[in-house]
Amino acid sequence: MRPVIRTILLLLALACSSAQAQLSIEITGGGANQIPIGVLRFAGEQVLPQNISDIVEADLQRSGRFRMLFAGSVDPLPTEMAQVNFDDWKSRGGDALVIGSVAPLADGRFEARFRLLDVPRQTQLAGVAFTLTAQQVRATAHRIADMVYEKLTGDRGVFSTRIAYVVKQGSRYELQIADADGAGAQTALASREPIISPAWSPDGTRLAYVSFENRKPVVYVHSLVSGRRQVVANFKGSNSAPAWSVDGQQLAVVLSKDGGSQIYLIGADGSNPRRITQSNAINTEPFFSPDGQWIYFTSDRGGSPQIYRMGVTGGDATRITFNGNYNVSPRISPDGKTLVYIARENGRFQLKSLDLASGQAQSLTDGQHDESPSIAPNGKMILYATQMNNRGSLAAVSIDGRVKQRLSVQAADVREPAWGPFFNN
Amino acid sequence: MKNLFALAAALALLAGCASTPMTDNKAGVEDRTATGNAPAQQGGSTATPVAPKAEQQLNPLKDPNNILSKRSIYYDYDKYDVKDEYKPMLQAHANYLGQHPDTKMLIQGNCDERGSREYNIALGQKRADGVKKILELMGVKDNQLESVSLGEEKPRCTEQTEECYAQNRRSDMLYPGEH
Repeated sequence: MRPVIRTILLLLALACSSAQAQLSIEITGGGANQIPIGVLRFAGEQVLPQNISDIVEADLQRSGRFRMLFAGSVDPLPTEMAQVNFDDWKSRGGDALVIGSVAPLADGRFEARFRLLDVPRQTQLAGVAFTLTAQQVRATAHRIADMVYEKLTGDRGVFSTRIAYVVKQGSRYELQIADADGAGAQTALASREPIISPAWSPDGTRLAYVSFENRKPVVYVHSLVSGRRQVVANFKGSNSAPAWSVDGQQLAVVLSKDGGSQIYLIGADGSNPRRITQSNAINTEPFFSPDGQWIYFTSDRGGSPQIYRMGVTGGDATRITFNGNYNVSPRISPDGKTLVYIARENGRFQLKSLDLASGQAQSLTDGQHDESPSIAPNGKMILYATQMNNRGSLAAVSIDGRVKQRLSVQAADVREPAWGPFFNN
Repeated sequence: MKNLFALAAALALLAGCASTPMTDNKAGVEDRTATGNAPAQQGGSTATPVAPKAEQQLNPLKDPNNILSKRSIYYDYDKYDVKDEYKPMLQAHANYLGQHPDTKMLIQGNCDERGSREYNIALGQKRADGVKKILELMGVKDNQLESVSLGEEKPRCTEQTEECYAQNRRSDMLYPGEH
């Protein structure tokens, strides 16, 4: 049977296809020093298809950095500082309060306003008004959650970002993209053959990935704007492990066309492949450091798979991992300070972090089959693939190991997560 | 299909040998006990075995009695070296490819599911490359061979047991029409 008949490919512009199965996320472990916060309903928000306040509260809660105070019984809903009973919130131990209002506009749109209040000091920390359509409720709520998160933690929020992952159901594979909270999943590619290694371009408009629809691994770049894609690497042998350069102009890929698995740089349009690893060992899983200076990668040149680093044009490599005999899947945090990777210990595959300056390593999970880590663009959470009840699922853990989330799709295997960049970078 | 025909013919012969002598059946019903190449003989006489013509036309690549139908090499955990027990099979394939210089072979390397998917693509590649190298040393031309990796993505079985893992640590040799 010819591959064309055997493989079903649906290339869909992002707007067209809703994924059948919803990704659901639950938090299973909270962080230290959680900020106690109340998120009140926004006065008038019942005119919207969904409550903005519910989405804001869910975002903040899921981050693990807040302890949500019960806010259900406040009546009437305050929309200005003068209407807030600060003593009540202080006595409940609240540090911060979110209040807001929604009103319909003459042109069919809505105006949503929110205020973030400091409870002990009884001051306003932020206040913003948005104009939105009914379709923009979730996006607006995520922006509010981002602002609250940033004001109170000092870190940028990732509630407006997206994640990509692969769902396998029977013999069908789908590359899906959803909001960071799992909502709005859409299918970018459906196939009867495996899809692995999705990688977001730095500007969030393209996904590179490896598809087996040609019965061998081939690297594609897929535009999320147009829905069109092109083959970037289909040389003789295997083509895999795409990683974007910091400026989004090039990819590092692993090709076996010249023997073994070697790392090459190639234009994002597939032009001008240049080999940059010279050793005859396995060299794979390239990852660009955020400052654009280095490529971290996995190699067995020392006798076992370990993580190395070389300059972006190749050259001498420095070994980075020394403990244990299997350290793979290097990822560097956005601030360049931490290496996140997978280590095999006593037959178990677990997520670890390494402080690059001090060499101090920390276990972040104690799973059996953890793999494919992807760091959030604010460096605070790591998304990875794991197994739960004999099914592939995703999980997330904070960079300090304390906050834990579980992400699953009903009746399907989920794997190969990739956290997208900040929206409108 | 040709295998089935040969089997049916052989079974028919056996049936013929074992049949009871035909009795004088006044009702005129014919006792049909044998079909195929050799007619059933009455009175318990022996039937002559005839080699079915079909067997001589079997494709050696698919004939289970031919070493060329053996296509898989298995590996230990994390290993990619080809054990000696597979060398005769590889030699047979090298000979076949030498006799059919226009025929191409695809070698697919596979891994068990443990570990990084991308590292397993590379390990599977190393396995397939190892087979390719041996075939080249046995005289096969480079342009007749392509080695690719399927990593852990196309397993033969999915149980998380040592038996299943061992099945998946494997290189397969495929001829045209088989992939």
